[in-house]
Amino acid sequence: MRNAGICRVWRDERLRAVAAACVTLGFAVGVFAVSFGVTSVSAGASVAQTCAMSLLVFTGASQFSAVSVIGAGGSAASAFGGAALLAARNSVYGLAMAPHLRGKLATRLVAAQLTIDESTAMAAAQDDEAHRSAAFWITGLSVYLFWNVGTLLGAVLGSAIDPTVYGLDAAFPAAFVAILWPLLRQRRPALSALIGASLCLLLIPFTPVGVPILCAALGILVGVPAPVAVAE
Amino acid sequence: MSWGFVFALAATAYGFKVLGLVLVGDRTLPPVLERCLALIPAALIAAIIVKDTFSIGQHLQLDARAAGVGAGVIAAWRKAPLIAVIVIGAAVTAAVRALA
Repeated sequence: MRNAGICRVWRDERLRAVAAACVTLGFAVGVFAVSFGVTSVSAGASVAQTCAMSLLVFTGASQFSAVSVIGAGGSAASAFGGAALLAARNSVYGLAMAPHLRGKLATRLVAAQLTIDESTAMAAAQDDEAHRSAAFWITGLSVYLFWNVGTLLGAVLGSAIDPTVYGLDAAFPAAFVAILWPLLRQRRPALSALIGASLCLLLIPFTPVGVPILCAALGILVGVPAPVAVAE
Repeated sequence: MSWGFVFALAATAYGFKVLGLVLVGDRTLPPVLERCLALIPAALIAAIIVKDTFSIGQHLQLDARAAGVGAGVIAAWRKAPLIAVIVIGAAVTAAVRALA
């Protein structure tokens, strides 16, 4: 039944549009990965360690934070602490994605590795179940592919682009705005986004990096009151 | 950097990723929890947007990124495709930076 559903979706024009957006996002992440490769090698990691990080850790913000702290002469403990705090939000994404990632244990263990900002955002933006899991998998797999290819290129070539010169650092928040857009037109998600964003801004100066994003999760409390039944 | 560091970070990152999926698992959740969990991406991704736009580490900072993301918001509002929003966001940021 599930397969029949997926086959139907494959012929769906909308799915092709969703898939194109997912792969586009993956490609953009890949460009950013080149600069991770460069940063990591110049912070003293070997090419093999740099690639292993992208293959195994696979959480961009944590990886960047870890190599930046080490590159700046920080201790391994502080590099680890910061990176772990940034990785913690993926467990919150897991809570949100779990109801949409049911199936064999092995499949879910693979899905776990792909549970990151991009795949969660892309899945959340879809309004039906089949597109949601398709968006999760296509985004997760294409980000994984491009992130690792980009990392290898950056680590080996070493002379990559400086992402800030091309404004790439602003490309991702802009992309997330576009991805979230359909959600933000509904009242409850818009309200929880507003609360999450405000809490994050308020906490940034006062808490370690990573904590403001975790605290933004309080925005989900908007979902507590039962929705008022709409008269037909 | 040591290999121990790489593997410890990998194990921690994977542990976090698997934790949420395992906690919920196959359980049927009460509707109130279901409603709340469905709002997680909106709340957290919105937080990431403002963090990436307005901060560097623990410092709030208003710079060229705000112009780029602002242009991205307009493009998203005008229903531009994702690739266009990405290119516009990056290009406007780069242009403002070059001019500054």
